[in-house]
Amino acid sequence: MSGKEGTGGFRKRKHDNFPHGHRREEKDNLNYSSAVIMAFKSFQVELDTRHDKYERLVKLSRDITIESKRTIFLLHRITSTPNGEEILMESEAKLDTVRQKIKQVAQELMGEDMYQYHRAISPGLQEYVEAVSFQYFIKTRSLVSIEEINRQLIFTEEAKEEETKPSSDCNSKQDHTWNLKVTPVDYLLGVADLTGELMRMCINSVGNGDMDTPFELSQFLRQIYDGFSYIGNTGPYEVSKKLYTLKQSLAKVENACYTLKVRGSEIPKHMLADVFSTKAEIIDQEDGLS
Amino acid sequence: MSVSQMFITLQGVLTADQDIREEIRKVVQTMEQTAREILTVVQGVHQGSGFQDIPKKCQKAREHFGTVRTQLASLKIKFPAEQYYRFHEHWRFVLQRLVFLAAFVVYLETETLVTREAVAEILGIEADREKGFHLDIEDYLSGVLTLASELSRLAVNSVTAGDYSRPLRISAFINELDSGFRLLNLKNDSLRKRYDGLKYDVKKIEEVVYDLSIRGLNKETASEEK
Repeated sequence: MSGKEGTGGFRKRKHDNFPHGHRREEKDNLNYSSAVIMAFKSFQVELDTRHDKYERLVKLSRDITIESKRTIFLLHRITSTPNGEEILMESEAKLDTVRQKIKQVAQELMGEDMYQYHRAISPGLQEYVEAVSFQYFIKTRSLVSIEEINRQLIFTEEAKEEETKPSSDCNSKQDHTWNLKVTPVDYLLGVADLTGELMRMCINSVGNGDMDTPFELSQFLRQIYDGFSYIGNTGPYEVSKKLYTLKQSLAKVENACYTLKVRGSEIPKHMLADVFSTKAEIIDQEDGLS
Repeated sequence: MSVSQMFITLQGVLTADQDIREEIRKVVQTMEQTAREILTVVQGVHQGSGFQDIPKKCQKAREHFGTVRTQLASLKIKFPAEQYYRFHEHWRFVLQRLVFLAAFVVYLETETLVTREAVAEILGIEADREKGFHLDIEDYLSGVLTLASELSRLAVNSVTAGDYSRPLRISAFINELDSGFRLLNLKNDSLRKRYDGLKYDVKKIEEVVYDLSIRGLNKETASEEK
């Protein structure tokens, strides 16, 4: 210790001089096997297990978020490329890898109270809902239901011998099925985020001279907005917060459609994108002021 | 399914959720009331005259815990058992307080730290998550930390009341508790914040012991006991 003192920085020396740790340790040794200490040792194990699991879930949630975001970016490219099918296939493959991650989450949560770790995985799940619903919208032009999402999150191990066994062997079969349920609130928040993506898609499609998509989108966004207004403040605080952003997105899309309708025939197609971006900026400023 | 239909279903789910929360809040309110009553009973030990009839006060407090048990039993049936942590926040505070009260009563009776299982038994709930409505470990530890600050106060007041041996026993107890907590790897959450307060309780009691020692007051009681 004294050797260290010569070379160590101020902070280190200060720590060395601190006599507390030493004295305490001696005290610990006196009653190391007492009932209280034994109990706290088991608490230590329990808390550490819990925190480790939480950290693992946070990490999985991050991975899910990143992959979902990438899927969304990929899907945005669909407006500017002719090979839409190819992109959809690719996004499906990406979402499958995300689902593999979610399977790991489900495995971690096996036999646990999901809500205990909900805060760890909630951001990831919301992003996933956003990605899935975006893809679903591009494919079918409608909103994916929460049941549909949950149906895709039932995982069974592809152990064939397990499945061929008679179903009376209930236990071993259960061991190989995991499912994760997206909570209604996560679903709602994910859908609210989806509207932001749809707004971007609207502006992008105009840039490409697509005159039909904006109107379709404004129709769809209006439906979602009506839905959210119907829920109003029944939901938790986060949902009402998103309602404000949703309103902005809707206003942008509606104004875009208005501009298209009024001036679409007058403006040359290549200038339409400019019209939009300036329009959007004006709205931004207005919202900032109010 | 149309978009509006979907939202109508979701709204139904959210309303049902709110109803459950409302029910839980009602029960938690009555539990808070009972907890306050118990606190009033056990607070009596801080008064100078209170040191004589500690067993009687504990007895009275334990009767109140009967009410808590029925209240917790009615709380249990307000929500699905596997969604404990969904509504945990609603009763977290009152449960920590009840843990503290139970631990305080047990300390006054036997001068030992109540185990998690024993608290669960006093409150009529489970110690393990698997078995139903249970006592979360962090809530238990929080309650124990509240006990520590209460005991540091008791040490001061027992000196005022002329009981010079109690602070020494409390000091030994708190020190053991402190060693116990130092075994834990706490995250930076509310439990950690409360744990950070423990050292002030330890310090306070050590000061009391010091004051007694330099005046020879601790020896006096030691010879009395002989």
